[in-house]
Amino acid sequence: MTDELIARLASDLRPVPRHAMRRLVLFAWFPALLVSAGLMWFWLGPRADLATAPGTMMFWTKFSYTAALAAFGGVATLALARPGGRIRWPWLAALVLLAVVVVGAFWQLALAEPDGMMPLITGSSSLVCPWYIVALSLPILAATLGALRRLAPTRPTLAGFAAGLFSGGTGAWVYAFHCGENGMMFLALWYTLGILIVAALGAVLGRLVLRW
Amino acid sequence: MQTDPTELRLRGLMLAALDGDAATYRSLLAELGRHLRRYFTRRLTPAYAFHAEDLVQETLLAIHTRRMTYDRDRPLTAWVYAIAHHKLVDHVRRQSIRLTVPLDDDTPVFAHDETGDAVARRDLDTVLDAVPARTSDLIRRTKVDGQSVAEAAAANNMSETAAKVSIHRGLKALAARFAGGAK
Repeated sequence: MTDELIARLASDLRPVPRHAMRRLVLFAWFPALLVSAGLMWFWLGPRADLATAPGTMMFWTKFSYTAALAAFGGVATLALARPGGRIRWPWLAALVLLAVVVVGAFWQLALAEPDGMMPLITGSSSLVCPWYIVALSLPILAATLGALRRLAPTRPTLAGFAAGLFSGGTGAWVYAFHCGENGMMFLALWYTLGILIVAALGAVLGRLVLRW
Repeated sequence: MQTDPTELRLRGLMLAALDGDAATYRSLLAELGRHLRRYFTRRLTPAYAFHAEDLVQETLLAIHTRRMTYDRDRPLTAWVYAIAHHKLVDHVRRQSIRLTVPLDDDTPVFAHDETGDAVARRDLDTVLDAVPARTSDLIRRTKVDGQSVAEAAAANNMSETAAKVSIHRGLKALAARFAGGAK
């Protein structure tokens, strides 16, 4: 029985390139990123000042905060996709990054006129921002969890959370091309909330679908 | 770097297999199957020993379908062990059966060969001489002979708490002395 199985598996052998796992995850992630970008463009629409926004500091703050969280999530996802995989620094790095943004947010608020504070905190889209981020992240979350199902995470909840941070960060990065808010506190609160919802969703789904 | 001969040999086979060498792959799977059979049989009570073969097959299948998760720069035995452990835990949970050995008290899939053991034992004697006799006895009983803390405490006429503290301090002292800096 077992000998038959071994013979069958050996005859099914195909070479595995060195970075096969990373490629699998990225090849799932990238098309989903394009879907998400398409959704943003045709459903929400890019921000009206997209041509001039890259000249502002806040555009790049949003751009790099979300991209960095996505990168930390991606690194954690790849580590946790291996059996027995464990990793800690991306979580710490994400927390440090959040702390830096919060400090920057208070600094920005301290410099603002009293009347100018609320727009920096709630802006005009705080009620919808987290949900748009979740919506834009869902295709990416589905794709990365799909890739993880072919890998070997032995801590499915945590691996799902990592995939959620990866997808939520990416979705928020896409959303930043639509969102015209200029508050650091807005970023620290509502972007982070949206990304956390996706991460939590990833953890719950991971528990369910990452069994093998 | 890993110097264990089993590890070095099996990892060599795996690297060849990942590059597409089917004959090597076949002998690797056969050998892993033997290790795994021993591992699972030892973990399961005799009443459930017949599950071992299923687990061996499931683990071999997982090794095959998820072989891209093996990191070529890390020990193969640790990777196989993590998969086998995962399959065992999953199986036990699904079947809600009891194991002969608590899971956190697990022995590795790959047993060492005897000569290595003798050398290790001699090293161990030397190392354990560095702590008080009673502490070294406690450590030997719990960490080497596989006794529970309660058994080891009773053998030394002390309370379980005192034994735990003593073991902890002894290990810490040994680590401070032999670990040779941060790891």
